[in-house]
Amino acid sequence: MEFRIGLAQYAPRLGEVDANLELAAGWLRRGATEGAQLVAFPELALTGYLLSDLVPEVAMRADDPRLATLSREAPGVVVAIGFVEETDAHRFCNSAALLRDGELIGLHRKVYLPTYGMFDEGRFTRAGDRIRTHPVEPLGSIGLSVCEDFWHASLPMLQALDGASLLVNLAAGPARAPGSSAGLAAIAGWHKMQDTYALLGTVAIAFCNRVGNEEGLTFWGGSRLLGADGSTIAQGLLYEEALVVGSIDSDDLRMQRYGLPLLSDERLELVRRELDRIIAERAGLPSPPDQDDT
Amino acid sequence: MTAALPEIDAPSALEVIIAFIRSQAEQTGFRRLVVGLSGGVDSATVAFLAARAIGADNLLAVRMPYRSSSPDSEADAMRVVTALGCRTERVDITPMVEPMLALIGGDDEAALRVRRGNVMARERMIVLYDRSAAFDALVVGTSNKTEALLGYGTLHGDMASALTPIGDLYKSQLRAVAGALGVPAEILAKPPSADLWPDQTDEAELGASYDDLDRILFALVDRRWSVERCVAAGMDAKLVAWVAERVARNEFKRQIPPVAKVSLRTPGVDHLYPRRRPGSRRGS
Repeated sequence: MEFRIGLAQYAPRLGEVDANLELAAGWLRRGATEGAQLVAFPELALTGYLLSDLVPEVAMRADDPRLATLSREAPGVVVAIGFVEETDAHRFCNSAALLRDGELIGLHRKVYLPTYGMFDEGRFTRAGDRIRTHPVEPLGSIGLSVCEDFWHASLPMLQALDGASLLVNLAAGPARAPGSSAGLAAIAGWHKMQDTYALLGTVAIAFCNRVGNEEGLTFWGGSRLLGADGSTIAQGLLYEEALVVGSIDSDDLRMQRYGLPLLSDERLELVRRELDRIIAERAGLPSPPDQDDT
Repeated sequence: MTAALPEIDAPSALEVIIAFIRSQAEQTGFRRLVVGLSGGVDSATVAFLAARAIGADNLLAVRMPYRSSSPDSEADAMRVVTALGCRTERVDITPMVEPMLALIGGDDEAALRVRRGNVMARERMIVLYDRSAAFDALVVGTSNKTEALLGYGTLHGDMASALTPIGDLYKSQLRAVAGALGVPAEILAKPPSADLWPDQTDEAELGASYDDLDRILFALVDRRWSVERCVAAGMDAKLVAWVAERVARNEFKRQIPPVAKVSLRTPGVDHLYPRRRPGSRRGS
């Protein structure tokens, strides 16, 4: 069974939530017109990226009626969209909401906030502490993540092991050294990583990366849809706004997992034992009892 | 000298820089730009980029010769104006500079030369900002990465601008970008010069070629190599040390001045906003 996905790689306006809600609604309607059953938007699609102290001004609760209203623009269509979330405890997170018919059906708070080099996210937003998957009929389950989360293999691999048939990553990736080998290497890095997760997780991947400029940054776009065998189904142009559309097929997933049963072969207890040991050693605590000797 | 500077793919770099200029104009609510056109490759490149981004009609190129400026510089500046079909004005800065130079004196001829150069650069800044107000435009800067890192520029002079499109391109990468834009060959061919005094050339003044300087800067800055590693890779030890020292000594030129923190929330320290945000756009 086919499942059609649209990736709206657009340029949000920095700090202008109302304008972005309107832009997003336009892309969502277009996605629905093109038959998409899921439309994914970039990271912080409703706020823009380089917010710094604008964070409290643009934040909304995950149950904000504006999100529900946006989702109702396209009946039956699943929406994955990035925004600044304010929790009941006034924790400000870089979050991704999964919505359908006005209902919040999934939420992911960015776990890895890059705070190094050109990035300063940890200064203005707080990290999430859950890695989950969300059931979406008729697809199965979706694993949501936000940009940098994908630079940590544990996160997509956990979501694949947790039953996701599709990983959706919302991104705001700035170009580095455009037109040089170093700049191409950054984009090539994203491609290698996505190809690898699809292959090793036997899972489809939807990556939606924004375009446009903020201050001196240029976001590179190039959104991608990959099949569970790592093949590229659709890929957007660099730097230009576009709705990138393609279909994944649950039958491909089924046969891929029959032919390459990596997920079911995964030795989870062994992984956990070794993780427990590594965690203890890093913290300088006594190692758990060594079971190899028994 | 090993460790070559990576080649830049000019079309991609152009795409990014032109989009940057357009977005800066759009986000600030300005439709026009002003650039000081010297006849050199940097300002010619910026003029071509600006014209591509916002249209030649919206670009004012201001030529600001001093009485000792080379006539070739002005001829080359006019080549750019003719090629682009942009607006242009000529403001001779001699009557602005001379009274100021009469006021400054000293025994140290080398220091005086630098001070005179700074006066000229700052008088040009005054002209550009005045023309930007009259033309309802933003001043677009022409500083490149090599100059910024070496501090080879005048604070509040040629370094003053609203946006800096070529500030992340090394001088020796600029030629490829300029060539792809169609900057006239005469401008590409001549030796770079600030033209602050007769027969001045950048490379004579800096004491090294831009190729060598840029290779060292690329290793030190972009690749985060230590001085020792640069030398081990075959770069000239004395030159590497000089470059590293100069980059450090000129850090102040690349940052806004520090504010003494007294209050709970201080501009630039913990009052942090993007320059362009709701309410910052003119007419918003």
